[in-house]
Parts: sequence; C-alpha cells; structure tokens
Amino acid sequence: MSDFIYVDHAATTKVRPEVLEAMMPYLTEYYGNVSSMYSISDITEQAVKDARASIAAAIGAKEQEIIFTSCGSESNNMALRGIMKKAGGGHIITTNVEHHAILHTVEALVKEGCTATYLPVDERGLITPDQLEAAITPETKIISIMMANNEIGTIEPIQELAAVAKAHGIYFHTDAVQAVGHLPINVKEMGIDMLSASGHKFGAPKGIGFLYVRNGIYLPALITGGGQERGKRAGTENTAFIVGMAKALELAVSEMDKTNARLLKMRERLIDGILESIPYCRLNGDRERRVAGNVNVSIEFIEGEALLLMLDMNGICASSGSACTTGSLDPSHVLLAIGLTHEVAHGSLRISLGEDNTQADVDYILKTLPPIVKRLRDMSPVWEDAIKAGIAEDY
Amino acid sequence: MYSDKVKDHFQNPRNVGEIPNADGIGEVGNQKCGDIMKMYLKIENDVIVDCKFKTYGCGAAIATSSMATELVKGKTIQQALQLTNKAVMEALDGLPPVKVHCSVLAEEAIKAALADYYKKIGREIDFEVPGSCDACCHSH
Repeated sequence: MSDFIYVDHAATTKVRPEVLEAMMPYLTEYYGNVSSMYSISDITEQAVKDARASIAAAIGAKEQEIIFTSCGSESNNMALRGIMKKAGGGHIITTNVEHHAILHTVEALVKEGCTATYLPVDERGLITPDQLEAAITPETKIISIMMANNEIGTIEPIQELAAVAKAHGIYFHTDAVQAVGHLPINVKEMGIDMLSASGHKFGAPKGIGFLYVRNGIYLPALITGGGQERGKRAGTENTAFIVGMAKALELAVSEMDKTNARLLKMRERLIDGILESIPYCRLNGDRERRVAGNVNVSIEFIEGEALLLMLDMNGICASSGSACTTGSLDPSHVLLAIGLTHEVAHGSLRISLGEDNTQADVDYILKTLPPIVKRLRDMSPVWEDAIKAGIAEDY
Repeated sequence: MYSDKVKDHFQNPRNVGEIPNADGIGEVGNQKCGDIMKMYLKIENDVIVDCKFKTYGCGAAIATSSMATELVKGKTIQQALQLTNKAVMEALDGLPPVKVHCSVLAEEAIKAALADYYKKIGREIDFEVPGSCDACCHSH
C-alpha cells in the first residue's frame, strides 16, 4: 500500500480501520432490516438511531433533522429539486464555482422552467454578502452556496451569506461535501437551512451521505417507496454504512484541530516549496481562507494530464483541472471562474492532503515534481516559443 | 485507461526535439484547446531521413506524436502522406474515444510539415492541408 503517495483526498478518502471495525457487525451479524419486527432488528434500529444522533451532534443539528442518502449528489438533488418542486418553480441563486452536482441540477431545473443566477466569484474564489443581496429577486426560492470549494479549497463566508438569505426569508442550502469533517460546523449558529454531506470525503465508505434539513422545512421525497427516513427518502436503511459514517465523523470532529494543524504545516511547505522551485507557477485560491489540506497551482507551459501521468509513474496520486481530465474541451470551470485563461488552467495541479500524509511525503513531492515539470516543458513547443519570445527564461 | 504502448511512448517518447535547419516544419492544434504538436522533417531525395517533434498536451498527444515520428521516419513523402490517424492509433494498440483527436492531430502535423516542405521547394501542394485547430475543436 505504501509504494504510492496518495494526495487526492478531496476526491475520496480511505475507509479508516476504526470505521470498518464499527461497520462489520452490521454486515455479518446484525443484518436485520431496520423495519422488521424481530428482536435482532431492534439492534439495527438502535444503531441507526445512535448514528443519527451522533451525526446531528457533530454539526449542531437535531436528530430528526438528518436524512440519510446515498451520496452528496443525492443530497444536493433532494434539496434543490425538493424546494423548487414545492415552490412550483421560481428563481435559484448559486455560484459559478459549485460542484457539478449543483450546477447540472440547476441546469436541469432551468430546463424545467426555473430561472437561475450564478454569482461570479472573485480571483480568490469568494462570494460577498453584497453580491448575494443584489441578486435576490421576489421570485428567489433557494440560495445554494458551497461551504468549501473542491478544487481550490476556498472557504465561503457561509454565516454572512446565510444571514442575507434569512433576512429575505429565502431558504439557504450549502453543499458542504468538502467541509464536513474538515471544518467546524454548527448549522444553527451559521443559520443554515439545508446542508449536504458525503461520507467518503471523511473516512467513511463511498455510497453514503446525508442531508440536514432544518425542522419546519418540508421537502417532498425524491425517492418514494417504503416510507423510510420518515417518508422523506425511501429505501432500506444502509445500516453498516450509516454506522460507518457516524463513526468516521466522530473521529474526524474529535481530531479536527490536531489534524488540521498538521495538514496546514504540510500544505504551507508544499505551497512555498513548489512556488520557489518551479518558475512560472501560481497558487490558485486564497492563501488564508482555504481548507487545510488543499494545494492548487497552475504550472504554465505544460498540460495537466501529462503531469498527472508522470506523477503517477513516480508513485504520486494527484489531480488536475485540465480539459483532458475534465473529459471536455474546456478546463475546470472553477479555474476559469477565478480568472485564469484556458492556457493557464490546463496546467493546473491539485494536491489534497489527508490523515495519512507525512512530511516525508511532502519531501518526496517537492523532490519529484520540479524535474517532471522541466521534462514536460523541454518537450513543449509552447515553452520553446515563450523562451524565443522572451516571455520565459530557460533554467 | 491507456494501453501499455501508449504509456511506453509517453514515458519514453521517441524523437523528441527540434531539427536545426529542418526542411519542413508543421504545427497544429492550439494552446486554448490543450494540445499543440510541432513536427520537424529532414528530407533527402523525397525520403524523410529524420523526424522530430515537440508537443504540449496530454499523455495521448505526446504518445501519438512519438508514434507518428516512428511511422514516417525512413519513408518516402508519398508513403508519409498515406499515414492516417487510424494507423497511429493501431500502432499504439488503441486510444480511449476521447483521445482519438490526438491521433488526428498527429496525422495533421505530419501533413502540415510536408506542406511546409512543398512550399519551400516550390512544389504544388496536391493534398489537403489541415487548419490549425481542425482536430481538437471539431472532433468532440
């Protein structure tokens, strides 16, 4: 396992051993359907109840405000589609740096007759309360703004933005998939009406998530059937995964300060080290308002996918926002939204640190990355042209 | 996602570099789309005696460039003009569907370099010369 360095934690994380251990009895021994009448189902029912209470406590919510879902995308769909269905259409406000789980859902709703405003972020990736205020119309039914960006790690001023929504009596939803388990969250203090989360971003398995819905908000079910989750989301409770997600969040929250302090030190060394050793390179996102494990840089004159392949050949798993990795002609919408040109965005590299990473990993990345960049530049006609034009200096 | 051959040509690209005083130079693609290929040809008696490339782009762009240089080296101009993107792909044991345009770019880069050579020696260009971004912007 340790013959590669995994630094793509914003994509997904490893299931923690303690989590797997907590889950196992519900896969092997206590497999009873929560809805059944026999006594072994009392155990599963209690496990789901405890997990719900634990997750609610982790974000300052009440037990009955947590709905278990299959993933962050489902949570986002449930919130947006639910509110717009209930309202019978209307106006949605979101941002131009949301995850596709939000953007594509809003696009689908627009096709169905809703209208939408995409607030443009500044060069750091931030939205201001004034911007939000100015975008509100009498038709606005929901505001959905992510808590932390998955690519550049920028943390939005959610509490201030939610206050604007509240002053207008508009529902405020946040896609907190990159934030839950990584940032302190209290939905009541922050004034959040709905919050989406995904287990596999904080040490639980893939295939489990939740949606927090403030008491008093009725959301029609997206998935209908057996009446689970108090009629809000049908489907037999995924007991083991629910238990696993609760355990993972407990661990993440209890270790948050310690983990973040460690990650922050590594992140800062990585950012400084990369910017010092690689010329024509820039940091994307805000240096301060940033999740602890996120590094995102644009390296000019090379293309991101080639860079990832070379890193992979050297045992480093990272990610990029280049067009080749987005599967389209355009590079990441987030990088374009913060004002990068296509050319600069194609050369982006995201390193997202997690739990298991060490300073030795940082050393290895800092030793491995610069020669790879140089090799690709030496192969690149763009680099050659830049030198000839005096835009860049060979090294 | 990539075949072993693509990986090999990406990791150990053949014929990377420039040819000083090249007889033909062809550049296709554009940086906005994320791929640029530049081919250099050395031609003697209508035979491509040397071929080098520089590529900005993804793994497939680099691998197809490398393979294309291998396929035309030592060939006559007429043989090189017959090179298709399919032949480049087959020689690499295939490409993922989203990367097919890279092989088209490789074919076009060779043709662009040959057109440049024809222009230099004043020969009439009797084949289709690709535009700068034909492959990358229209193949999706």
